[in-house]
Amino acid sequence: MLSNFAGILFDGIAYGSLLFLVGIGLSVTLGLMNFVNLAHGAFAMLGGYVCVVAMSRFGVPFLACLPIAFLVSALVGMLLERTLYRRLYRASPLDQVLFSIGLTFMAIAAATFAFGPGQQPVALPELLRGQVNVVGVDIGAYRLFLVAVVILITAMLAWLVARTRFGAQVRAAVDDPRAASGMGIDVGRIFALTFALGSGLAGLGGALGIDVLGLDPTFPVKYMVYFLLVVAVGGAGSIKGTLAAALILGIVDVAGKYYVPQVGAFVIYALMVLLLMLFPAGLYGRRT
Amino acid sequence: MSGPAAGTPQAPLLPEGRWTRAEIVFWLVPVAAFFLLPGHLVLGSQILIVGLFALSLDLILGYAGIVSLGHAAFFGIGAYAAGLLSVHGWGEPLSGLLVAGAVAALAGWACSFLVVRGNDLTRLMVTLGIGLLLFEAANKAAFITGGVDGLSGIETWKLLGLFGFDLHGRVAYLYALAVLFLLFVLMRRLAHSPFGLSLRGIREGAKRMPAIGAPVRKHQVRIYTIAAGIAGIAGALLAQTTQFVALDVLGFPRSAELLIMLVLGGAGMLYGALVGAAVFMVAQDWLSGVNPVYWQFWIGLLLVLIVLFGHGGIMGMLAAARSRWSRRR
Repeated sequence: MLSNFAGILFDGIAYGSLLFLVGIGLSVTLGLMNFVNLAHGAFAMLGGYVCVVAMSRFGVPFLACLPIAFLVSALVGMLLERTLYRRLYRASPLDQVLFSIGLTFMAIAAATFAFGPGQQPVALPELLRGQVNVVGVDIGAYRLFLVAVVILITAMLAWLVARTRFGAQVRAAVDDPRAASGMGIDVGRIFALTFALGSGLAGLGGALGIDVLGLDPTFPVKYMVYFLLVVAVGGAGSIKGTLAAALILGIVDVAGKYYVPQVGAFVIYALMVLLLMLFPAGLYGRRT
Repeated sequence: MSGPAAGTPQAPLLPEGRWTRAEIVFWLVPVAAFFLLPGHLVLGSQILIVGLFALSLDLILGYAGIVSLGHAAFFGIGAYAAGLLSVHGWGEPLSGLLVAGAVAALAGWACSFLVVRGNDLTRLMVTLGIGLLLFEAANKAAFITGGVDGLSGIETWKLLGLFGFDLHGRVAYLYALAVLFLLFVLMRRLAHSPFGLSLRGIREGAKRMPAIGAPVRKHQVRIYTIAAGIAGIAGALLAQTTQFVALDVLGFPRSAELLIMLVLGGAGMLYGALVGAAVFMVAQDWLSGVNPVYWQFWIGLLLVLIVLFGHGGIMGMLAAARSRWSRRR
């Protein structure tokens, strides 16, 4: 019973790690650039498909696919930011929502056209299959790998934002874009790079998540709520908040599906409305 | 020239909101369609129903400036209310409409307190959350709603005890048209009333409206309730005329498509909602016959283009073309 519970807890953490990986990019665009990007899940889907194509058509090993997924999604993200998104930074949230819904629809249609409506399979390497026994608890090796990757990336992100010149520029550009550009910071470039980083992480999350979340053309809509929820609960623009919210959400969702399957996703949606009421700015929201 | 088009945001109010000739011609179109296109009446009544639904969104989005990603919630509540009433033995259509509208309005009133507080972003998320919550609830409560299989066994009695709903959809079409027109007249009256003007004031500057004595929250709650009730009536119309309620009446795609229609036609002028719904539904009927996937791609592209270039939708472009034309004369 206890080891069973520990297993669920760990599954929840692994699931939450994935949500964090994808959600962090959304948190950045929403919190730092004030852009309601409902198309964020489409970048995750893109990463997933890049991974599948690289593996099945070009025979690239799974682990090598992950950086490719990151790079392709980041490039596409930067391209879209430079051509389309930047025009809408000052637009109303409604325009941004409509625009990103439009992008999402196009992404879904394009994915269906290119890959068909079915689920995409992924062949994990031998090393990541099966179970690993950690202090008496059987844990999926892939789940363990997921958590390790996310810990690594979180540490890198924290270092990037807090310790590097680029991080300082991002923080300055976000706090006051006009003053930052007055200090000689190229705000447009910073935003493009940040957007690319967020899209790339989403793509990485999508590629890592094929085995856990699945991958089919409806992915961006199916998980949109989860990503939004992570950001809304965590407080947009906060790494710490996003991580906490993603883990809470992952554990609650996995535990809910295991213990009370008949209620399903109801718990998550109710939690979303409730938390939004109680913490309009999120758990670690930036107070403006 | 008979004056500016009624209800364009910039145009001044017409004296007592008098009907222009263009409006009367507009309303003759669906009547003419009844006689000229007898083979397309089923699609026609769908357009009328969705048009009514889009009008209800226009009230809150176009007039009061309250964004919503979950307006299908009230459409679905109305549809299920009317459908369940009929399944449990009361198939009288007019009272069914009223009950459905009342139930949806009550739900709208309850939700309005969650929705009107907060900024646009919070509103988007909360309406999205409420919509998904209801969808999931209806999905899980299959013993009441039929779940994914939908609610069947709806029997709609004769309209006014005289006209039975026929297979060609003639009665359904006229019924939907009559309800739409009646509610449109009321909504038009509302839009031209001091209350409607006050709503536009709130849309343009909610912070300043209290200074001239307008109770912002109260107005927002009121219009949200009204809009929810009208959406419920639209849902009930769909349930009664098709005698079936599918789970997707509550789905997110329906809310998103509704937004698309409104933006396509032009928000904040009532007619935009009707034009947008008609253009969208006809295009969907035509294009998705070719290939539903392409349809989704084109509608996405259209949406991106409207946001980037075509502000005000079809009606906005018409108004702009018209003012350019009249200036040149």
